Amino acid sequence: MEFIKNQIEKIKPNFEKGGKWEKHYYSFEALETFLFAPATTNGIKGAQIRDAIDLKRLMMTVIISLVPCLLFGMWNVGHQHFLAIGQAGASFIDKFWVGVVQVMPIVVVSYGVGLGIEFVFATFRRHPVNEGFLVTGILIPLVMPPDIPLWQVAIATAFAVIIGKEAFGGTGMNVLNVALTARAFLYFAYPTDISGSVWTYIGDAKTVAGYSGATPLSIASDAATAGTNVVSQLSSFGAGWNEGVFSFANMFMGIMPGSIGETSTLMCLIGAAILIGTGAGSWKIIASVFVGAYAMGLFLNLVGGNAFMEMPAHYHLVIGSLAFGAVFMATDPVSASQTETGKWFYGALIGMFTVLIRVFNPAYPEGIMLAILLMNVFAPLIDYFVVSANKKRRLQRATV
Amino acid sequence: MGKFIRLKKGFTINLAGKASPKVVEIEQPETFVIKPTDFNGTYMPKPVVKEGDTVKAGTPLFRDKKHENVLYTAPVSGEVVEIKRGEKRKLLEIKILADKKVEHERFEKYSVSEINNLSVAELKDQILKSGVWPNLVQRPFGIVADPGVTPKAIHISAFDTHPLAPDYSVLFKGQDQFFQVGVDVLKRLTSGAVHINTHSANEISTVFSQVKGAEVNKFSGPHPVGCVGVQIHHLDPINKGQIVWTITPAGVIQIGKLFLNGIYDSSKIVAVVGSEVKTPQYYKTFTGASVKKFLENNLKQDHVRVISGNPLTGSAIDKDGHIGFFDQQLSVLPEGDYAEFIGWITPGERKLSFHRAIGLFSFLSPNKERVVDTNTHGEPRAFVQTGIFEQVTPMDVLPTYLIKSILAEDIDEMEALGIYEVIEEDLALCEFVDVSKHKVQEIIREGIELVQHS
Repeated sequence: MEFIKNQIEKIKPNFEKGGKWEKHYYSFEALETFLFAPATTNGIKGAQIRDAIDLKRLMMTVIISLVPCLLFGMWNVGHQHFLAIGQAGASFIDKFWVGVVQVMPIVVVSYGVGLGIEFVFATFRRHPVNEGFLVTGILIPLVMPPDIPLWQVAIATAFAVIIGKEAFGGTGMNVLNVALTARAFLYFAYPTDISGSVWTYIGDAKTVAGYSGATPLSIASDAATAGTNVVSQLSSFGAGWNEGVFSFANMFMGIMPGSIGETSTLMCLIGAAILIGTGAGSWKIIASVFVGAYAMGLFLNLVGGNAFMEMPAHYHLVIGSLAFGAVFMATDPVSASQTETGKWFYGALIGMFTVLIRVFNPAYPEGIMLAILLMNVFAPLIDYFVVSANKKRRLQRATV
Repeated sequence: MGKFIRLKKGFTINLAGKASPKVVEIEQPETFVIKPTDFNGTYMPKPVVKEGDTVKAGTPLFRDKKHENVLYTAPVSGEVVEIKRGEKRKLLEIKILADKKVEHERFEKYSVSEINNLSVAELKDQILKSGVWPNLVQRPFGIVADPGVTPKAIHISAFDTHPLAPDYSVLFKGQDQFFQVGVDVLKRLTSGAVHINTHSANEISTVFSQVKGAEVNKFSGPHPVGCVGVQIHHLDPINKGQIVWTITPAGVIQIGKLFLNGIYDSSKIVAVVGSEVKTPQYYKTFTGASVKKFLENNLKQDHVRVISGNPLTGSAIDKDGHIGFFDQQLSVLPEGDYAEFIGWITPGERKLSFHRAIGLFSFLSPNKERVVDTNTHGEPRAFVQTGIFEQVTPMDVLPTYLIKSILAEDIDEMEALGIYEVIEEDLALCEFVDVSKHKVQEIIREGIELVQHS
C-alpha cells in the first residue's frame, strides 16, 4: 500500500496547477480517490467532523442492490436460451455460462463508453468525475435485451450520457434518468432490435417446435384485441416447450424471457430491501409506484371494457418491468421528485401511467419506461407545488 | 404554562470523551483574548485601548460602528499586550495579560426591588456599558442585538445537544438567584415572553425549573433540538420584519451578577472534552481564556485538533489559542489527515455515520461512544438529493431548496424559504451528513449576509 501511495504522491505534482498534465487533473483525482480516500481535513470553521459516507459508497450500495438482478439475469438468459432450443436439461453451470458470455460484453461496453465520455467531459469542463455513472453503467445492460448488438449499446450509452446528462450540465443536473434515456433511444431509433421476439437469446441454434418469442404484455394486448381471457392465454402459453412460463408464480420469480435484469420481481424486491434498508432509495417512491399501478389496475377492472382492462390488477405488478422500474429507475435521486411529499405523487403517477400506457397504447407495450421518463419531466413541477405550499405556510403565518 | 414539543428528526452525535461531572480549579491562564470575529454582524470594530494600557474587568476594549453604544469589554483585569490585525487592518484579537487577582470596574449595584423600579433605558444602559450586552443575539441573522428595538420574545435554550456538550446542571449549579434576576431584567426588555426551553429527558436543574416570570417549555428529541433556532421555530416562528432575541443561560447569569453585584463577572465553567483528552472534566475560568493550561499534560497524543466550541459548529484553534466568547466547551479530536486505502468502501463498525449504506454499521449501536477524527471522509461532489437533509432538519424548512437559493443568490427565494428562521448551527447537521461534502454552514452565513445587506 505504501508503495502505491508513494507512487501516487510522486506523480501528483504533474497533475496539479502548473504541472505538465494539469488539464488531466480530474481524471487523476478520480483514480486517486478511488484508491485512497483523501487525506483532506475539515476547515477551520464549521463542522470539524464529517459523516463516514461519501458518494462512492452510496453509489456502491446501489450497485450491490443490483447484483441479485444481474446474477439472476445471467442465469435466466441461459435458462431461456436452452428452453428455446429444446434442451431443458442443461446444467446450471451451462446456463449461467451462456448468460455470462452474453451479458458481460454488454456491461463492459456500457461502462467503457460511458466512463470514457465522463472522463473526457471532466477534462474539458474541469469538474470532478462524478460517481453517478457507476450505477448508470450497470443499469443500462440490465434493461437491454440479451441479444442486443454491442454497437447499439455503445451508441445508446453515448447518446444518454452526452444528450441526457452532459448537455444539461453533468451529474446532478440531468432531467431524465440516464439509463432509461439509453433504452428509450434504442426503442425509437432501432425499434426492430428492441421489440418483438428479441427477448430470448437464441444464437445460431434452432428453436424448438412451437417456440414463440411473445411477451406477457404482447399476449395481453393481443388478447384484448381478440377478446379472449388474458389469464388463460398467459397460463396456456408455452405448452410443449416451456410449460407455465407465464403463470403468476413464475412471472413473480422472473423465469421468463425479457430484458437481461428486469424479469424477476423477486430479485427486484430483494434489491428494494437493500435500498430501503440502507436508505439509498426512497421507500416512498417504490411503494407508491406499486400502489399506483395496483390501484389503476383495480380501477380498470371496475370499468371493464376489454380483456386487458379486466386482467387481475396484481398481474400488472409482475409482468413487464414494473418492479425493476419502480425500484431502480424511479428512485434515481437526481431525476425523481426531490421533496418528500412530492415523492408520493411522483411514484403514484408513475404506477398509474404505466398501467394506462400498457392497456390503452398497444404501440408501446411497456409503459414503465415512458411513464418514468414522463414523470421525470414533471417531477420539478410537482416539487414546485410542494415548495410553494411551504412558502405559503410561511407567508400565511406572517400575515395572521 | 409552557408547551411540550416532541421532535423526531435529527441525529445525536455520540462521541467519546464526555466530561465527568467534576469542576476543578487550576492556576488561571496567563492571557485572555477577545475576538471581534466571534460577534456576527459587527461592521467595523475599532479598539478603544492601546497596547500597554491597563484594564479592569469591564473596561471597554472596542466598539463597533454599527451600534456605537454596545461596548465590548475586558473579561479580566491586566495589561493589553497585543492588538492583532489581519488583512485590511481588520481587528482580529485583543489580548490581555491577566493580573493574578481580577479587579472589576464598578457599576451600579441594585437590590431586587430596586431593579423593578429601574426604567428600561436604565436597564439597557447598565448592560451596554458593562459589556454584557453582546450576549444578546438577534434573530433573524444571529447577530449582536440592536439596543434600539424591543423584541417580540426572548428565548433561552436551557440544554445543549451538540456532540460532547457540557451538562448545564454542572455549568450553572448554584446560580439560581442570578439567573432569576437576569430573567427579571430580560422580561422588561421584551414586549412578549421570556421562554426557557428545557429537555424532557434531562433532570431539569432548579436554576431553570424554579424560575418565576418565564415560560418554561419542554422539548424532546435528538439534536438539533437543543438549538434555540429550532425551538423558536416550534414555539413562535419568526416572520419577516419580526425580531426576537436569544441568550445563553451563561449570559442571563452575567446580567444577574451585573445588577446584584455591580460587576461584569465573566467567570465561566468550560468543559474540556474529546477522545484525545486524558481526563475530560470541567474547569473554572473566564471568558476568552488561553487553552494552554487545560491541555498541558492532558492530551493522549500530539496530533490533534483543538476546537473552541463543539465539533459540529466550533472553530479550530491552536494549542495555545483562546476560547471564543460564546463557547463553553473545548473539544480535542484526532486530526484526520491520513489517506485510507479504498476508504470509500472499507466497512467499519467504528465509522460513525447517520447513513446505513454498505459497510456503515454505526446505526446498529447508537449508544456506543465513538472516536471521530477531522477527516472529510470523501471529496466534494455535485449535489445528489437523497432526502437526507430533511431527515436531520426538524423544521418546516426545505434545506436543499434554501441552500440552492443561496447559491443562486436569489434573495426573494431565500426569504420565502425561511432564511429568517435559521443560522448556521440549526442546519449544521446537514453539513455533517452531506454525501457531497458541501460547506453548508458557510453557505448559510453567506445567504444571511446577502439578505441582511440587501
